[in-house]
Amino acid sequence: MDALYIFLVLVSAFMCGLIFLTVTVFAIRYRRNRQPHAEPLHGSTLLEVAWSVAPLGVFLVMFVWGAVIYFQERTPPQGATEVYVVAKQWMWKLQHQEGPREINQLHVPAGRDIKLIMTSQDVIHSFYVPAFRLKQDVLPGRYTTMWFHATKPGTYHLFCAEYCGTMHSGMGGDIIVMEPTQYQAWVQTGGAFGSLAANGEAIFQQLGCPTCHRADTQGRGPYLAGVFGSPVQLEDGRVVTADENYIRESILAPNAKIVSGFKPIMPVFQGLVSEEDLNALVAYIKSLNQPPSGPAMSTLAPGVQAEK
Amino acid sequence: MATAVLTGERENYLNKEYGIRSWLLTTDHKRIALLYLISVTFFFFVGGFLAMLIRLELLTPAGDLMLADTYNKVFTMHGMVMVFFFLIPVVPAVLGNFLVPMMVGAKDLAFPRINLLSWYLYVIGGALMSHCMLTGGVDTGWTFYTPFSTAFTNTKIVEAGLAVFVAGFSSIFTGLNFIVTIHRMRAPGLTWARLPLFIWAQYATSLIMILGTPVVAVTILLVAAERVFHLGIFNPALGGDPLLFQHLFWFYSHPAVYIMILPSMGVVSEIIACFSRKRIFGYEFVAMSSIGIAVLGFLVWAHHMFVAGISLYSALVFSALTYLVGVPSAVKVFNWTATLYKGSISYSTPMIYALGFLGLFTMGGLTGLFLACLGIDVHVTDTYFVVAHFHYIMVGGVLMGYLGGIHFWWPKITGRMYPEGWGRISAALVFAGFNLTFFPQFILGYVGMPRRYWQYPPEFQVLNVLSTAGASVLAVGYVLPMIYLLWSLRYGKIAGENPWGAAGLEWKTASPPPTFNFDETPEVTWEAYNYEEIPAPAEVTFER
Amino acid sequence: MSDSPAGVVHGTAEHHGPELRHHFATVEQQRDSAALGMWLFLATEIMFFGGLFCAYLIYRLWYFNEFAVGSRSLNLLMGAANTVVLICSSLTVAMGVRAAQLGKRKLLVVLLLLTLVFGLVFLGVKGVEWHEKWEKHHIPGASFNASDLARENPQQPIDQNHEQIYFSLYFVMTGVHALHMVIGIWLFAVLTWYAWKGRYTPEYHTPIELGGLYWHFVDVVWIYLFPLLYLIDRRH
Repeated sequence: MDALYIFLVLVSAFMCGLIFLTVTVFAIRYRRNRQPHAEPLHGSTLLEVAWSVAPLGVFLVMFVWGAVIYFQERTPPQGATEVYVVAKQWMWKLQHQEGPREINQLHVPAGRDIKLIMTSQDVIHSFYVPAFRLKQDVLPGRYTTMWFHATKPGTYHLFCAEYCGTMHSGMGGDIIVMEPTQYQAWVQTGGAFGSLAANGEAIFQQLGCPTCHRADTQGRGPYLAGVFGSPVQLEDGRVVTADENYIRESILAPNAKIVSGFKPIMPVFQGLVSEEDLNALVAYIKSLNQPPSGPAMSTLAPGVQAEK
Repeated sequence: MATAVLTGERENYLNKEYGIRSWLLTTDHKRIALLYLISVTFFFFVGGFLAMLIRLELLTPAGDLMLADTYNKVFTMHGMVMVFFFLIPVVPAVLGNFLVPMMVGAKDLAFPRINLLSWYLYVIGGALMSHCMLTGGVDTGWTFYTPFSTAFTNTKIVEAGLAVFVAGFSSIFTGLNFIVTIHRMRAPGLTWARLPLFIWAQYATSLIMILGTPVVAVTILLVAAERVFHLGIFNPALGGDPLLFQHLFWFYSHPAVYIMILPSMGVVSEIIACFSRKRIFGYEFVAMSSIGIAVLGFLVWAHHMFVAGISLYSALVFSALTYLVGVPSAVKVFNWTATLYKGSISYSTPMIYALGFLGLFTMGGLTGLFLACLGIDVHVTDTYFVVAHFHYIMVGGVLMGYLGGIHFWWPKITGRMYPEGWGRISAALVFAGFNLTFFPQFILGYVGMPRRYWQYPPEFQVLNVLSTAGASVLAVGYVLPMIYLLWSLRYGKIAGENPWGAAGLEWKTASPPPTFNFDETPEVTWEAYNYEEIPAPAEVTFER
Repeated sequence: MSDSPAGVVHGTAEHHGPELRHHFATVEQQRDSAALGMWLFLATEIMFFGGLFCAYLIYRLWYFNEFAVGSRSLNLLMGAANTVVLICSSLTVAMGVRAAQLGKRKLLVVLLLLTLVFGLVFLGVKGVEWHEKWEKHHIPGASFNASDLARENPQQPIDQNHEQIYFSLYFVMTGVHALHMVIGIWLFAVLTWYAWKGRYTPEYHTPIELGGLYWHFVDVVWIYLFPLLYLIDRRH
């Protein structure tokens, strides 16, 4: 992105310089003492077209270059390590898949793709790491994602960049990029809380979910192995993709989307699960995509495409 | 406002009637313009005072001048007062109200009583906002995003919202008045192609005012309803969508920035033409570019939301459209520059402001390209880069255009000349102080300082100190005109009908004008900016 | 409606038409300006309601079930009756403009009064409907409860929060519309008074025309509101 930025700085400096220089030259050369009478010039369509089209051409370059970078930034690669982030007034809570939890700090190994899955407990925040040139608003009620691939070990500022109340300016932290071996060491000592998915399984049991979501497909709720990331057919005919937001909504507002062939009897868990619990449950359901045995089951008839 | 001293015995709009009632119940567009001048200037200094508090707090990295909550209220009120009570009304309500009827050769605006109502709505809105500020204020930022503004803050959102709602109607009625006046009340012979570019600019601005403002009005209504009745329209905890608020808000607030800049662009066209003694190069293109900006300006609002969680494809569309809206502005800058070519240029105060506008608007506009660029915007949005960008346009652009216009039309409005030496000194101070205040902020943003920060990491201090130093110079540059303009009312040289030798119908009547503007309705048989036919004043003298 | 500049050079000795304001050159210019002003004002009203329709559109797409269930719970008879009432009121308004054009003062007053009556009937019916909502706890806010609707509609499961959004939009949209009706009624009361006083003649009845435009607009807004709010998914 810095290359693009420099390109824009150069173009701007050039245009600025051109205008300033031209204005100064004209202002001096045609000042009243030297030019007592103005020469009326009415215009030139050719010039107008030229200086409308030329900037458009430059803008096109800027647009495409910027769009390509943006597209890359918003398309996390497959297999990225996931970290769940919960923002609240006025701190950041981060949960690694391997287990460690952090507050206002994120330790990551250099050289690995990291994908942040973020939500807010209250108002809109924004996860901003100037050194990575990345920023993503963090919204209540849904997940937003951001990914990065750090190359240089070091400590980098983390700021909240969306005004969120009294201590908006105090909601900072650090991203600590470490050599991979150092990172492994840190994970070991960082406190084994158990992996996020294992936590999720515990919560899944605790809340009684297996009562309906049975592993033998006789349950009153859909079988969940292999669901994550697959198309799901709903009873009103729509087909949606079971992404993080879908899983989250299914827990908090189950009547919003009923899976085809099932009844709307799932209890509402809004208010009964925290954001961290939700993250753990989502991680657990994702982990069911690699069942130890048996084929992954999709609830969709073969050949049907999911709507995006 | 006793004005007998301003002119000799000739009757004009100032000395026609005396007494407070004749001012508060006037329907004369020129008196209403002056009423606006006073109230708008008041709010400018309120907003400016709040800006001073911000810059003082930011001298040091720690939050040591005031509490975090107080700072949050200060920048919020600075934004709300400056945007809604200064920048949006200033050029239309002060210069526009005064000049639009005169420039089209009419006796008044189409609806003079609605014009007065407009002013009262502005004052009521202003009073509500002032009361709100004095009793605690608001701390959401001027953009009052949900759900913070509807479900989390306990400051006076509804009152501030009501103030903006009322002031919005002031804006709508002004725009409506201008459109009807320009369509229906042009003097005989004054075709659209002969209109001054200031009129084209006001027309385009008025289109935006009437079509955009109602959307923010209904948005404020929904926010107030949500707050008072605990609804969930924008609150995810109750099933609503915070992004819906952002879309509705920016649908107005982006075109609003064109409401702010277009009139000043019109002023600059008038000034550059007069002080180059020639017609603006590419008149038709400049006129059409105003309309183009108004139309395209409605299509780009989500460029404020590139990192807000909109879809990738929306972002691509809005980025492309945003680049498109940059073209008409560039066209104007090129045409103004070309006007100087083979002109006969003199450096009066208005011209210095206009040339300053040219430079600063160019810089501000170029930095808009950075923000339109998706890859760059991700890094610099919500940082001081954006703050610098919009201040370049609003202060470097709108305000310099306005000040240039005030100086240019001062003799027409008051019948007096201001002291030219002081005018030039102030213009130079504003230009220098402005750059020192806001250029460092581009760098601050690029290195990562987010906006709306009460405290910041120590490595950002040097740039902040530079910015505050610039602000103190800027402040002097704003106070000086207050002083010498007021001074000129009593001691300034008496101005004739057309001290600048300018083109335009407003210069064909006395200074100050009679109440009904023209002794006889003019009949226009010439093109705009017919400077070939108007001799330059031999020497514009400013001494008493 | 021509757009050309005023063609008459105004001299102070010229005879003024009725009620000609001083800054206008001719009565035609004054009338044309007033009409353009009112049309522009109606454009702003379209943008105002447009914001609400936009919010409605988005939530209806997302929460169709809740919108359908909520819509079916509205009193179709009263909504339809109100629609008829407003259409009749627009008829009396149009006839009133005609009466003014023909100089028939008494007829004009009667028609304006009828319009007022229709307007008040509309508001009355609206009030009854809202009262019904109050009793069923369908007014958004602290006491909102749509579990009765959930029970009555087992085939279309609803979320309480989303249902509240439907009713929030219902009340804001009909509320803003009702506010415009109140303003219209006040406006027509004033027009009726002046009409009775004989102020309007075939040469000058611009306020009747412009008031009529406003009234028609408020009517048209209702004609959109009615199907959008009352007629979602009524097959059942």
